[in-house]
Amino acid sequence: MAVTLDQTIAHKQHTLLSKVFASQTFWVVIAVILACLFLSVATDSFATTKNLYNITRNVTFVAIVALGMTFVIITGGIDLSVGSVLCLCSMVLAVTMHAGYGIEIGIGAAIATALIIGAFNGVLIAYLGFPPFVVTLGMLSIARSLAMVASNNTVVFQFGPDHDKLLALGGGAWVFGIANPVLYMIVLAMITGFVLRWTKFGRHIFAIGGNEHAATLTGVPVRQIKVVVYMISALAAGLAGIIQTGWLGAVTTNLGNGMELQVIAATVIGGANLAGGMGTAFGAVVGAALIEVIRNSLGLLGINAFWQGVFIGGAILLAVLFDRIRNFRRND
Amino acid sequence: MGKIAASGRNWGERKAAAEPQAAKQGEARRLVAVLELTNISKHFGAIQAVNDVSLSIDAGQVVGLMGDNGAGKSTLVKMIAGNFPPSHGTMQMDGKELILHKPVEARQHGIEIVHQDLALCNNLTAAANVYLGRELRRGLGPLRILDYAAMYKRAGQIFAELKSETRPRDLVKQMSGGQRQAVAIARTMLSQAKIVLMDEPTAAISVRQVAEVLNLIRHLRDQGIAVVLISHRMPDVFDVADRVIVMRRGRKVADKTIASSSPEEVTGLITGAIEQV
Ligand SMILES: Nc1ncnc2c1ncn2[C@@H]1O[C@H](COP(=O)(O)OP(=O)(O)OP(=O)(O)O)[C@@H](O)[C@H]1O
Ligand SMILES: [Mg+2]
Repeated sequence: MAVTLDQTIAHKQHTLLSKVFASQTFWVVIAVILACLFLSVATDSFATTKNLYNITRNVTFVAIVALGMTFVIITGGIDLSVGSVLCLCSMVLAVTMHAGYGIEIGIGAAIATALIIGAFNGVLIAYLGFPPFVVTLGMLSIARSLAMVASNNTVVFQFGPDHDKLLALGGGAWVFGIANPVLYMIVLAMITGFVLRWTKFGRHIFAIGGNEHAATLTGVPVRQIKVVVYMISALAAGLAGIIQTGWLGAVTTNLGNGMELQVIAATVIGGANLAGGMGTAFGAVVGAALIEVIRNSLGLLGINAFWQGVFIGGAILLAVLFDRIRNFRRND
Repeated sequence: MGKIAASGRNWGERKAAAEPQAAKQGEARRLVAVLELTNISKHFGAIQAVNDVSLSIDAGQVVGLMGDNGAGKSTLVKMIAGNFPPSHGTMQMDGKELILHKPVEARQHGIEIVHQDLALCNNLTAAANVYLGRELRRGLGPLRILDYAAMYKRAGQIFAELKSETRPRDLVKQMSGGQRQAVAIARTMLSQAKIVLMDEPTAAISVRQVAEVLNLIRHLRDQGIAVVLISHRMPDVFDVADRVIVMRRGRKVADKTIASSSPEEVTGLITGAIEQV
């Protein structure tokens, strides 16, 4: 029987299942589950409430920042300043509250700081054509330095009249005994996923990463979107900073030091492509989880902590290798 | 006509001078052209890409725009499509001044374009590319979400009209040259256009698909849509165009009816063997 044109056009090449199997995120989830199962059997200390609580908490901060980074990476950019921005925002919050202002003002100031930094990065990149790597590398240095200036390089651990509120915000467990940071992460991941898949803004972000020139020609407001994307990344770092401040109950100027690399690693392991055009919210969270499970397991298995970098680096390479292999097969 | 365009006189003089020429064509000429360019120039720094070009296009007219590489053809149509503003000169649509700041505004005026490099995003589906920049949404207010189903459906219908075996859900990455071309052309069919600009739509596609594109151009013409066809392929232009405009080094060197020209003459004009007509 001849296939009509209409049938060809209506044909779906991929079923839902084949799409799932083809996604890097799926295999990372499998890896996380297998690692958890293995560790539960191999050690007594992994599947304890306390350890799981620790893991989930550690995952959240990297994951929240990675969600913001995902936007940037999908457009084909990079934001190296997130660790320093996290620190600066924490410090702004801490110093403001320490000076006697309420928690609303503290959080407001921290968020405003994040948005201004993000807008600054974005304008230099989108309107003045600076390379993202250079701009955010500069900001990495500037933001941390400002954090030191703001606090005179001291540890802040007293947050004024709303001290307890802040600690409850970050350290509490308001719903079903789930740690608050985890709740924030879940909510933010859902918002991110929604924006990426269901909004015009999300669609345009992918278009910019796929072919910026084409996006410009077809009338996508590329520059504005790029500025917003860097603002989102800084905002995510700022939010993570606020939550982490509440969680830790103290801020030092080396908070978030080197975090940018973990965050980028998480997004890449989760299936984002540094060349742009690819990435998911779920992937960012799963990527962060895999990194944390690896770190945690090394400790529990009694492997020298110096090996951590090798395992995390290996995970990055493996994840990308999977992607390469799939591409080879598709191109044959 | 070519001389008039090149001489940069003011609008009134130019129009007066154009009148006898219009009469000579002996056609029932509409009172206002759908698109009228007056002394349009564009320079990129020191490069004068388009130099003092004036032309007018009527509804339902197919104009072939020819010229050597770098002659300024793409630059000219990009200005009409709102990709960047002219350095000098004015554009008019249906007798009213046309000032475009961005491509969206051109589309709102009924100007559609197929870009030379097709301007496609490989990481998106065919339907997403067709609707890029004017995505369909459903729902209310700030919670309006992308209407995937409607976009797949309409894109599929357009591909069927184009007789192209292109699946709306496929990624453009995996598509053949002809399918990619179909995606780019499908964009121009989303809304009722007044003028469609096609920048080498028949480059790199099969003979059968070239015929389809030419048929599509005739179809647009019959609906009263003006088409500007940029092409290096002489047979295509002489097949569908009513008029041919030749550009050389940014200037318009010829603007005549197909009936009054010949491939030899156009070749001479493109290469510069014939200076101007
Ligand atoms: N964005 C730009 N910036 C600088 N120069 C440009 C730009 N776009 C075009 N040019 C220059 O303007 C001139 C005309 O280019 P254009 O693309 O309009 O030529 P064309 O007639 O379309 O050629 P082709 O047949 O090769 O497509 C060329 O010299 C080109 O290098
Ligand atoms: Mg061109």
